[in-house]
Amino acid sequence: MPEIKVTPLGAGQDVGRSCILVSIAGKNVMLDCGMHMGYNDDRRFPDFSYITQNGRLTDFLDCVIISHFHLDHCGALPYFSEMVGYDGPIYMTHPTKAICPILLEDYRKITVDKKGETNFFTSQMIKDCMKKVVAVHLHQTVQVDEELEIKAYYAGHVLGAAMFQIKVGCESVVYTGDYNMTPDRHLGAAWIDKCRPDLLISESTYATTIRDSKRCRERDFLKKVHETVERGGKVLIPVFALGRAQELCILLETFWERMNLKAPIYFSTGLTEKANHYYKLFITWTNQKIRKTFVQRNMFEFKHIKAFDRAFADNPGPMVVFATPGMLHAGQSLQIFRKWAGNEKNMVIMPGYCVQGTVGHKILSGQRKLEMEGRQILEVKMQVEYMSFSAHADAKGIMQLIRQAEPRNVLLVHGEAKKMEFLKQKIEQEFHVNCYMPANGETTTIFTNPSIPVDISLGLLKRETAIGLLPDVKKPKLMHGTLIMKDNSFRLVSPEQALKELGLAEHQLRFTCRVHIQDPRKEHETVLRVYNHLKGVLKDYSVQHLPDGSITVESILIQATAHSEDQGTKVLLVSWTYQDEELGSYLTSLLKKGLPPSTS
Amino acid sequence: QQQHEDLSAKKLRLTKPSKSAALHVDLCKATSPADALQYLLQFARKPVEVESVEGVVRILLEHYYKENDASVRLKIASLLGLLSKTAGFSPDCIMDDAINTLQNEKSHQVLAQLLDTLLVIGTKLTENPSVRMRLVEVACKHLTDSSHGVRNKCLQLIGCLGPVEKGVAKEVESQAAKDVQKIIGDHFNDQDPRVRTAAIKAMLQLHERGLKLQQAIYSQACKLLADDYEQVRSAAVQLIWVLSQLYPESIVPIPSSNEEIRLVDDAFGKICHMVSDGSWVVRVQAAKLLGSMQQVSSHFLEQTLDKKLMSDLRRKRTAHERAKELYSSGEFSSGRKWGDDAPKEEIDTGAVNLIESGACGAFVHGLEDEMYEVRIAAVEALCMLAQSSPSFAEKCLDFLVDMFNDEIEEVRLQSIHTMRKISNNITLREDQLDTVLAVLEDSSRDIREALHELLCCTNVSTKEGIHLALVELLKNLTKYPTDRESIWKCLKFLGSRHPTLVLPLVPELLSTHPFFDTPEPDMDDPAYIAVLVLIFNAAKSCPTMPALFSDHTFRHYAYLRDSLSHLVPPLRLPGRKLLSSPVSPSITPHEDPSQQFLHQSLERVYNLQHLDPQGVQELLEFTIRDLQRLGELQSELAGMADFTATYLQCQLLLIKALQEKLWNVAAPLYLKQNALASAAAKQILEETYKMEFMYSGVESRQVVIIHHMRLQAKALQLIVTARTTRGVEPLFGMCEKFLQEVDAFQRCFISELPHMQGSFVDKLLDLMPRLVTSKPSEVVKILQTTLRQSTFLHLPLPEQLHRATANIIEPTGESDNPLRFTSGLVVALDVDATLEHVQDPQGTVKVQVLYPDGQAQIIHPKPADFRNPGPGRHRLITQVYLSHTAWTEPCQIEVRLLLAYNSNRSKASAKIPKPTWSESLEALPQSENGIEGTIPFSKPVKVYIMPKPARR
Repeated sequence: MPEIKVTPLGAGQDVGRSCILVSIAGKNVMLDCGMHMGYNDDRRFPDFSYITQNGRLTDFLDCVIISHFHLDHCGALPYFSEMVGYDGPIYMTHPTKAICPILLEDYRKITVDKKGETNFFTSQMIKDCMKKVVAVHLHQTVQVDEELEIKAYYAGHVLGAAMFQIKVGCESVVYTGDYNMTPDRHLGAAWIDKCRPDLLISESTYATTIRDSKRCRERDFLKKVHETVERGGKVLIPVFALGRAQELCILLETFWERMNLKAPIYFSTGLTEKANHYYKLFITWTNQKIRKTFVQRNMFEFKHIKAFDRAFADNPGPMVVFATPGMLHAGQSLQIFRKWAGNEKNMVIMPGYCVQGTVGHKILSGQRKLEMEGRQILEVKMQVEYMSFSAHADAKGIMQLIRQAEPRNVLLVHGEAKKMEFLKQKIEQEFHVNCYMPANGETTTIFTNPSIPVDISLGLLKRETAIGLLPDVKKPKLMHGTLIMKDNSFRLVSPEQALKELGLAEHQLRFTCRVHIQDPRKEHETVLRVYNHLKGVLKDYSVQHLPDGSITVESILIQATAHSEDQGTKVLLVSWTYQDEELGSYLTSLLKKGLPPSTS
Repeated sequence: QQQHEDLSAKKLRLTKPSKSAALHVDLCKATSPADALQYLLQFARKPVEVESVEGVVRILLEHYYKENDASVRLKIASLLGLLSKTAGFSPDCIMDDAINTLQNEKSHQVLAQLLDTLLVIGTKLTENPSVRMRLVEVACKHLTDSSHGVRNKCLQLIGCLGPVEKGVAKEVESQAAKDVQKIIGDHFNDQDPRVRTAAIKAMLQLHERGLKLQQAIYSQACKLLADDYEQVRSAAVQLIWVLSQLYPESIVPIPSSNEEIRLVDDAFGKICHMVSDGSWVVRVQAAKLLGSMQQVSSHFLEQTLDKKLMSDLRRKRTAHERAKELYSSGEFSSGRKWGDDAPKEEIDTGAVNLIESGACGAFVHGLEDEMYEVRIAAVEALCMLAQSSPSFAEKCLDFLVDMFNDEIEEVRLQSIHTMRKISNNITLREDQLDTVLAVLEDSSRDIREALHELLCCTNVSTKEGIHLALVELLKNLTKYPTDRESIWKCLKFLGSRHPTLVLPLVPELLSTHPFFDTPEPDMDDPAYIAVLVLIFNAAKSCPTMPALFSDHTFRHYAYLRDSLSHLVPPLRLPGRKLLSSPVSPSITPHEDPSQQFLHQSLERVYNLQHLDPQGVQELLEFTIRDLQRLGELQSELAGMADFTATYLQCQLLLIKALQEKLWNVAAPLYLKQNALASAAAKQILEETYKMEFMYSGVESRQVVIIHHMRLQAKALQLIVTARTTRGVEPLFGMCEKFLQEVDAFQRCFISELPHMQGSFVDKLLDLMPRLVTSKPSEVVKILQTTLRQSTFLHLPLPEQLHRATANIIEPTGESDNPLRFTSGLVVALDVDATLEHVQDPQGTVKVQVLYPDGQAQIIHPKPADFRNPGPGRHRLITQVYLSHTAWTEPCQIEVRLLLAYNSNRSKASAKIPKPTWSESLEALPQSENGIEGTIPFSKPVKVYIMPKPARR
């Protein structure tokens, strides 16, 4: 039985280091190639030795697909392709291809320059790696080789995030990557058609959460910022360079525009500026509003948001500043935080989750006195706010996607085991499909029941459909024909053609049957009686009495002879060809019942 | 070569008398199918007269049978359909032929086209049941065709023509008495999605035509909701909705359990489910239909707003619930703490239903949708449901308030309007009010004004709420001073709705102090006026309030009562005379006397026509004065009073003109009076146009009188001209024209003539035979005598009469700073005006700019510049571009609004059946056709401008 095998090298019952191996109909595909944020040793990258101990990976993998540019989905790519060695194609969408190297370079810088690690990939390696990338468009079917094809669907989440359908023949797998089923200020919602894949590999970050409407969050956020600015206070929003930062920028920009506000908004320069540039370019990947209005004005060409300069932090008057990084653990955001923390008019808004140990986490958990380097004590008087802006589908969203795609099996990755368990149970209960949640390194095998396409000649099809009623979708239809399996292809043709093609002579197969009838009369009278009887019963068929004393019903021949021993018993010889089996056997059973009493 | 043929073809058509013959020749000439097709295409461009349709059809059919090429047959089939649409042609004579053509047709496309033709024929012959039966039978026969196009058309045909009444089917005794619903229902499972869609649409069509669909279809339709194709799903949603309206109370089982629910609830759940469909077309459809399912039980309804939040498998409260709790606990606007939204109790994993929960959170999803079309549909649906269910209105409030922050302005506006519509059912909590008020800072004027309208009819629960609203409105006022009027109006309603809540705020608002005198606020400050408007309106129903006023407040009251009487109500102030309460418009018992007064004074005028001219004149003058004053005092009667006053004015002018001595003396000696008479004639003409076009509610009875008056004025004009000009040549033309007009008048108002005994026109028509033959000088003489002898007509008053008015709000005309711009370039001037009782303002209202050098410019505002805030009210917000050559000094230009009219569009000519094109040319006099003009109907506003010479 054909099967699909899935082995997560990362992200199996875990978040981070997404890397999933799929083998489908003899093709091996690697989905995502991410790093783990929690580790600094070998565990940060997937264990590629699982694929092969020695030798290049190219021989074992047909292609690699990257769903989006977050490092936990693409962070290990240069390591994988340049240091381990892979020369095959890598597929990602255009925005991902554009932004991914920026993030990789940033990641490399932090690891090598700041932490001083050696044996890490170099800038050149990133460049070489990106040369192997093939960019794809949404809904474009890309033929990786003759049999394997992939297709990208919109996934929301971040700019350029995509879900991929991998298809070999009739078997297919959909990998969602990270996706978002509710639109936000700059991206639309994920969408997939009813492609009915054999397997849907879905993320499950929020498997046990049903989220509130994002409108409240947005409104709260805007109100907080607005109030603070009106009071003359300063607002600090620590963000990561890509993703949420752009959403919040758009949110504030439109709000400023609508409300005619004058206070300046700043955005820390560097990485973000570069990224914004790409956002401007890939307008088609954004949501309805931005796509529709960009003719008048590109929403990412901010009118109110300007680049930040270190000196601005000391300016008097209200302002809003977006600064990196998002958890206040280092860099510009921390510097500004130190400057502003003392004034109760100011406010800091944490738009995302903070890892334990960071300043962000400390202030969120209510700590008001922070110990900084050099034994300094920093008293935090400014207001601290938390707003969660997350771009993953919640449980309802995941279910909605499953409903849209109608897969035959579901496999959950990218989430915590406990939460997955709940969702798995729900999926099985509500969709009646199998659901799997393998751990890292564990292989799941799914048996598929692929339909096998058979070519049928048009003539045969028309002839067969002409017989009987209109085709009904719900009922299978019986057809007569010859199946020819030749050169890896299947064809259904009419028997005559099959004979001709195979160069075979036709053999006639006839069934002959004797039926004994008690009838004392003469042979030809018996024949006449049989003829009249049949004619009376088989109204829809042509029954003929031939001059030589035999009867034909369609192509079935009936002859009567007297029994050699008993003249009172007549022997009816019924003979039919294989094709008329149905009618022939019916006739014999009819005759075996005997003739009706004579009416003459 | 092709062109050559075309040319000759054209020639033929010109010479041949009959269309069918020409076509026949053409088609016979055609050598190839392409040629024939060309001819047919050309033929299709020209209209065919009713008489020749049948002939043409026969020719076409003849060629149809001969033709081998399917494309030509297709064209012929489509032409047949086109021809049978010809007005006045009854296609039953060609029906048999059309059906016969179906017999031998092999091409599916042609078949489909032929069926389409039959559909056209059938729809023209709907009254004939046997024809319909026959066509339905034909359609049923072709339902088994293998092409989707044919099946599609068949279903359409059945849907449009299938028997609707049970009885008919029996009468006609044919076997097509089969159940059409069954036949259509069988195709719900067709293999082709297009056919499935057509089947559902046919079913809906049957429903629209009045057939009661069977409930059995419901389960079939439910299955179609899961179809792969969006058109099918979209149509299925509609079908389910129809069924839910037909059988709301039926009971259907819930699959996979033994429970049963009402059909409408089940359908509601299913449609809610479709709000999260993959295709946005279906989502819009579903969201729209939800709004009209009012029979649904409240339990289901309220689920649509509850998404059943959870976090990490624990139940979580929504932000809305938290806000409510925060509010009720007495704490207001606390900072948010980390973990404030921490989930509370654990939930049972087994009980959580993620997808099948039907209605759960449908609106939450709809309002969050990516496409704004869906969001708007969802807001509309919310509005409709909330209007019928107060408890739901209360619940959906939070969601509507959230929509005020949508990224698309249209959605924001829609949700504000929605909120206004349901505001009777709700009271805003303070925190909600806060969010609502935040939108006041929006830079879009539409949004702000919609919000003001909303606040006009909102219920606020606390005095803090009122205070908050006032503060925010004042903030709005300082930020956007142009909103002044709208804000005052808003505060007026806010005050009169919440007198008891305003009362405790009064000392604070007026900043009075028990011991100290506070400085008198500036009377011209719009913010202060705003506060006063709020207080005075509240004081109207709160007699204790005036006690809190300080001296200057009373003075300000008197001033404002006079200057802004529409905003400040009359108050019963202690120790003061009631200034204007006897004629107060708000006190109902007083309405009748004033109406009586109006009628009495009119009666008086109409009865006293045989007094001596001097007396008549005086009476008219007094009555006119009375009426004008009445109009000023009684806004409801203003239209009526003005209208009659104008009419009487016309009459007065006419009498005066006829009193002149000039008539008895040789013309040249009385040039001065002469001028007076002709001026009177001119003025009467103008006034009649005003009467006809400036008032809404004028009926044909009034139009006759107005036209009659106009006719008199024209007669007067003619007489005056005859008196003053020498020679008869110009008179010939004028006389003829006048007689034509009399003729036209007679034709237009033939039905009204009996009511006009003894009038000018009545007498004139009696003399008509004589007039036509006599010389101009005699005509003039006759006219003069008839004019003098004629009685004056009683003007009946319609029920409702409103005068079109316009008020330019902006520019205010108060600015002393000239608008400077470089000469030769343009400057944009914002014009903002309110229009009342103007019909079709898009077509009639113009802006006129008058420059000091007498140059006038008329600007047609764009249709989009007009908004319609309420019945009978319009608002014009537009930009006028000004330009001029350089001036040395700043100077004032005048801006005013004009009402354009065109006698073609007049009510009189609209009443008589529109003559056909050919007739109108000869019959109607030219003059009736094209009198166009404009009536200024707003006070002109002066704008100071200064075009500077361009610097070189």
